Amino acid sequence: MNYMPGTASLIEDIDKKHLVLLRDGRTLIGILRSIDQFANLVLHQTVERIHVGKKFGDIPRGIFVVRGENVVLLGEVDLDKECDQILQRVSIEEILEEQRMEQQAKLESERLKLQAVKERGLSMPKADTLDDF
Amino acid sequence: MSDTFGSLVGKDVVVELKNDLSICGTLHSVDQYLNIKLTDISVTDPEKYPHMLSVKNCFIRGSVVRYVQLPADEVDTQLLQDAARKEAMQQKQ
Repeated sequence: MNYMPGTASLIEDIDKKHLVLLRDGRTLIGILRSIDQFANLVLHQTVERIHVGKKFGDIPRGIFVVRGENVVLLGEVDLDKECDQILQRVSIEEILEEQRMEQQAKLESERLKLQAVKERGLSMPKADTLDDF
Repeated sequence: MSDTFGSLVGKDVVVELKNDLSICGTLHSVDQYLNIKLTDISVTDPEKYPHMLSVKNCFIRGSVVRYVQLPADEVDTQLLQDAARKEAMQQKQ
């Protein structure tokens, strides 16, 4: 039953397990309990999933209230398709360590890029983070 | 604007997001904020984003969309031009 036919409503997604991608790159997985017109969300039994390469780790987070402007996308998790086949689950400590190393490598390559750009007398373009309607 | 998308419900589109993620799927619904619901999704670019593997349907917030790639033959560009022109005239008044 659609309360507003033709609209992209989240009403039918309530009480189902969802994956939420946030603007800061984080992935949250939890049961969607509440929504509103701004796509503010309330997630229950939330887990923050960190992906590095083919490995992933889950950190239990409890109840999350997410402000709509930070939501990139919300996807219904197909419980049959939850494939742990390609991906390898690891412990929290291991995934955090992997993430730290990935961050360091990224910072290093950014630093080299910035240096190369500076040497040529140019400047790096700024990221556009403040572009909400 | 949402009329244009309204007529495309059921067609396959590719949504490119501002975080450079591209998602291919069937357009399920659109709303006034241009939030998009896609079904049967697949990540078009080499799967640098493995976390989407178990997701079949998704809701995309309108504010994070950069482009919506539409099938060229599904859009009546003449009709669209006329409608856009009319809307622009109304706004000017």
